[in-house]
Amino acid sequence: MNLIDKALGIHPQALSLRSQRSAVLASNIANSSTPGYLARDYDFRTALSQASNGSTIRLEATRSSHLQSDNSEGDFQLMYRLPTRAASHNTVESEVEQAAFAENALRYQASLMFLSRSVSGLRQVIRGE
Amino acid sequence: MNLNSVFRVTGSALNAQSVQMEMISSNLANARIVAGSEAAAYKAVRPVFASILDSNMNSGFNSNSGQSRGGVRVDRFAYSEAPIEKQRMPENPMADAEGYVYLSNVNVVEEMAYMMQASRAYQANIEVMNTSRQLIASTLNLGNR
Repeated sequence: MNLIDKALGIHPQALSLRSQRSAVLASNIANSSTPGYLARDYDFRTALSQASNGSTIRLEATRSSHLQSDNSEGDFQLMYRLPTRAASHNTVESEVEQAAFAENALRYQASLMFLSRSVSGLRQVIRGE
Repeated sequence: MNLNSVFRVTGSALNAQSVQMEMISSNLANARIVAGSEAAAYKAVRPVFASILDSNMNSGFNSNSGQSRGGVRVDRFAYSEAPIEKQRMPENPMADAEGYVYLSNVNVVEEMAYMMQASRAYQANIEVMNTSRQLIASTLNLGNR
């Protein structure tokens, strides 16, 4: 990990995970009236700690003909959301998904803010201002 | 699977909801149409949605249950099974030999409820799209002072 990576901290990974989560939540909202659709999400804390530790389990390529696994962004489990009320055919609860999406967007912006401060800090250091 | 795929997902949902709206308006427009036989009577139609299985959206995810699901598409159209009401109206030119005409089985109240649901879903997807657009715009500005 070089100096610039250290200066940026965990936020690049967080940003990437946040954007992936927003896609998952968007597809939940999109499928709010699809029969049989089960809402999905993942545990952000686990995913982030996996992504930042680099502790992803990869397939080992023991021969040159083996394909390389390309899960460089981290391998995390997409899980099903537990509905808060009994669901007959579709577990999307629009309000829950919209709230989660809004929260996710806010946290994305927070990470973005930290990143942009770090970048301008680095720039000041480089220029020697 | 990232912010850019949000546009694909919500775009497909907007399309599906507008198909739903189209069906509802057709049902409402034909609610008072009469026909000369039970088979020819107008039957309420409704789209059945299915989610799009998207292998591109799988990257980065170790989904233990097959493929990830992305957008939504209109799978098929379902016709209402509600009974067709017949009315004796011998003066109507559409009436059959016994003087009966057959009404459509559209339930106007039900259609209005479906219309509200479709418009709410449409709004929710528009909101998702707007938020994502703002996030992408501010990400593009990263590093600018």
